[in-house]
Amino acid sequence: MIAHSIFFYTFSFIAIISAVMVTVSKNTVHSVFFLILDFISISCLFIMIGAEFLGMIMLIVYVGAVAVLFLFVVMMLNVAQQRNQWFASESSSKHIPVGLIISTLIFVELIIVIGGWKYKPDLFDINNSSQLAKVSNTHSLGQVLYTDYIHVFQISGMILLVAMIGAIVLTFRKREGVKTQSYISQISRERSDGVSVLKVESKKGVKIDD
Amino acid sequence: MTEIGLGHYLTLGAIIFSIGIIGIFLNRKNIIVILMSIELILLSVNINLVSFSIFLGDLTGQVFTLFILTVAAAEAAIGLAIIVVYYRNSGTIRVEHIDELKG
Repeated sequence: MIAHSIFFYTFSFIAIISAVMVTVSKNTVHSVFFLILDFISISCLFIMIGAEFLGMIMLIVYVGAVAVLFLFVVMMLNVAQQRNQWFASESSSKHIPVGLIISTLIFVELIIVIGGWKYKPDLFDINNSSQLAKVSNTHSLGQVLYTDYIHVFQISGMILLVAMIGAIVLTFRKREGVKTQSYISQISRERSDGVSVLKVESKKGVKIDD
Repeated sequence: MTEIGLGHYLTLGAIIFSIGIIGIFLNRKNIIVILMSIELILLSVNINLVSFSIFLGDLTGQVFTLFILTVAAAEAAIGLAIIVVYYRNSGTIRVEHIDELKG
């Protein structure tokens, strides 16, 4: 049990520190790297608590796809070297007290709610559970996901499709002066457009390209 | 050390949520960091759902975490596409320069 505590405190400390570094680091690329570190430590926490499937999915989806997407965009837009001016400009520093007050209030409210949480008397104890050992997390999640939540699952697939099409439509642009293949003109080309048969008389030759 | 319970995980979620809110307010660099703060907030919501799901022995929280993951990925893709288009049109994505709507 002491190992559980050590792991929890280590990973949560790393997660909190990297979340702070995401917001305060000067370089945007460093922010993305700290975001990746945050996702990795949280997914380690998930795996430790017993949600292995979600931990692995978070590694794949967030670290493998979303964070790399962020990195691509940061490096493409050439904003990595923009120095942040936290307290430099006058118009920006007027938001800081309001932001600090609001976020502190939200944090205090959440802590109050957590402190006043009434635990169920038969709270599920993850440490000596026999239910988790019988069926793996992935197995039980799949049993629920493909039966009770099949419609929601398919709707989430539609959301991903719409997001993909939307991203392509948003960033697509037609550029001038680029040679592209035109299928219609290729397919509708007739023999008479390209080929002509000439009768060549001897010792006279034929004139082409006139 | 006391035993790690539900309260510890919820506190971790609350801390990361507040850091995300602070990141949205205090950010002066560019919009990409704001998107990353939104990802942090969604992550803290995921922590809450998964810890409740584990400690109460109910799988619904993990299923919904999966759907939140889907929506977060879609949101990141669309938001980054909008940022790319905006950068192409205006040449900057600094927060204080984006005031065309005069909000």
